[in-house]
Amino acid sequence: MPEAPLMEAIRLTKHYRIGGFFGGTLHAIDELDLTLQEREIVAVVGESGSGKSTLARLFAMAEEPTSGEIRFHGRSLKEIRSRRDMLTYRGQVPMVFQDPFSSLNPVHVVGYALDRGLRLHRPSLSRAEREAEAARALEAVGLSPARETMAKYPHELSGGQRQRVGFAQALSYHPKLVLADEPVSMLDVSIRIGVLNLMARLCEEDGLSFLYITHDIASARYIAHRVVVMYAGTMVESGPTEELLHRPVHPYTRLLLSAVPDPRAPITVAGADIGEPPRVVDPEPGCRFRWRCPLAIAKCGQVTPVLVPTSPGHQAACHVTAPAAAAA
Amino acid sequence: MSEAIAEDPILDVVDVSVTYATPGGVVRAVDGVTLRLGRGEFLGVVGESGCGKSTLLFAIAQLLSPPAELNQGKVLFKGRNLVGLTDRALSTVRWSDYSVVMQSAMNALNPVKTIAAQFDDVMRAHGHGGRAEIRNRSHEVLALVGIDAVHLKSFPHQLSGGMRQRVMIAMALLLSPELIMMDEPTSALDVVAQRSLMVQVKELQHRLGFAIIFVTHDMSLVGNFSDHLAVMYAGKIVELGPTKQIFAEPRHPYTRGLLESFPSVHGPKVRLTGIPGAPPNLVDPPAGCRFRQRCPEVMPRCATVEPALYDVDGDRVCCLIYETAGSSPGASHA
Repeated sequence: MPEAPLMEAIRLTKHYRIGGFFGGTLHAIDELDLTLQEREIVAVVGESGSGKSTLARLFAMAEEPTSGEIRFHGRSLKEIRSRRDMLTYRGQVPMVFQDPFSSLNPVHVVGYALDRGLRLHRPSLSRAEREAEAARALEAVGLSPARETMAKYPHELSGGQRQRVGFAQALSYHPKLVLADEPVSMLDVSIRIGVLNLMARLCEEDGLSFLYITHDIASARYIAHRVVVMYAGTMVESGPTEELLHRPVHPYTRLLLSAVPDPRAPITVAGADIGEPPRVVDPEPGCRFRWRCPLAIAKCGQVTPVLVPTSPGHQAACHVTAPAAAAA
Repeated sequence: MSEAIAEDPILDVVDVSVTYATPGGVVRAVDGVTLRLGRGEFLGVVGESGCGKSTLLFAIAQLLSPPAELNQGKVLFKGRNLVGLTDRALSTVRWSDYSVVMQSAMNALNPVKTIAAQFDDVMRAHGHGGRAEIRNRSHEVLALVGIDAVHLKSFPHQLSGGMRQRVMIAMALLLSPELIMMDEPTSALDVVAQRSLMVQVKELQHRLGFAIIFVTHDMSLVGNFSDHLAVMYAGKIVELGPTKQIFAEPRHPYTRGLLESFPSVHGPKVRLTGIPGAPPNLVDPPAGCRFRQRCPEVMPRCATVEPALYDVDGDRVCCLIYETAGSSPGASHA
């Protein structure tokens, strides 16, 4: 091993208490291991409630893990205590949000939003340097001429342009890893591709890494090097993008793939599944997908499956399709 | 469209325009739309946000309220013009002849009433007062969408997003209408739930024979399900034809651009470009073709001549490229 990975989650767990005294514990994320390398786009795919946004919030230090650890360049995030270190970290691992309509303050021009972020995350820059940096970032995301864009209010921009401002903000900090939480799902289809292409270019040319959180497996395939599939707070499968899509191992991944609308393919849907969300409040041991799983066996109700390698870099957690014996 | 449909349409939308009075000026959200829907037909209406697809649906359902105004055209439902009917007259048509399923079931359902009470409301308002009749029919429609009858006692918040949307569809079926209009009913759902709902809607249609107008921004969603497809851009229909044909051979540059905006999961991995630019401002739409500023195949004529819908092998395309290819029968552009 050369050096520590860019970002590493080790047995990362986040639980929430819900419903007061008689309530339960909601398992948003359970014992998740994940590494991200430099110059890598990792897509986290799953339905709502699978814990994928919680993962981004934990990486952004917007939440603290219940247990487990996150390491950035080999250094645990628990060691970050001062406000200054926190701001530096958030500048290196910024987040781009889903809704470009509510993530920008409507009463300030775009230039103000960029300047303010730079003042917080890169306090060493002079005013002129901040302005140059903001202009560079806006040009990099294709919002040129930058000076003109900086003088505009959010309502003067289209949804796609606003989302680009979100990326420009992140870029201006010279980040290492951008946490992109459903960055294109609110955009029109004809505009989405432009933002996805932008992410791919930033990765290729500037060596940026992305944690791309999405429910759209087709867009994940379009830009991601690796795909992580989450279900009910656990990672059920991960692997190199093409390998995972062409040889999906976990029944949930297979279900997801069969549900993707593809007008060029005939209707092939596992008819019985109606897409009901899983139970993650005080879950019992066993596979969390078993109620929906066409392949479930008795063992699935007793033992929680663990991730087992199925081919190089590809792992899945399923007693039936990836039995643990195969790993031994 | 097939002859049978043309001869016995359930719905004829003739040259409908809708305007919104805004502080910035009058917006023509729907501009001279003409379309025809046969009995039992599934029509998909697709386009980007602001293209007028939902406004068109509201105009057909007579649900527009100020500042929106239907200021031109006719909506003929089984030959009877719905435009200008009084609320009282409309209330006999709504739910029993056609019903509407809204985008957000959480907002469309009453949060403080049980599902049974809301079904009850609909039945009573249309003169079906018998308790046994209401109960039986409520059980029936819930069974149709695959929800256990115990949920009649549930409140909307106790149901999942997919179930709420199913309840809305069940409610739309209560009085067995011949037409159900759906405005992005699946956009709040996950892919698996989305797919399953689409399959179910299609099965119900097959069994019960109602016609559907399905509005969505996601062209790939209706691709497998609709008979015909209307692609809207900036308030106008730019392409209208059999779904299979449009997917196999999209003719309007906008339709082509839209189809090329979807990355595929199964096919070869190719670099896509999307459609650069943004739709025009409808307060002051550009002269000529409204897509020309984003069009890869723009010609000088596009800036001055407004294209009509031209017939191209059963497909109708609003683009000057096809001006000479066919005549424009029935394309009513004032």
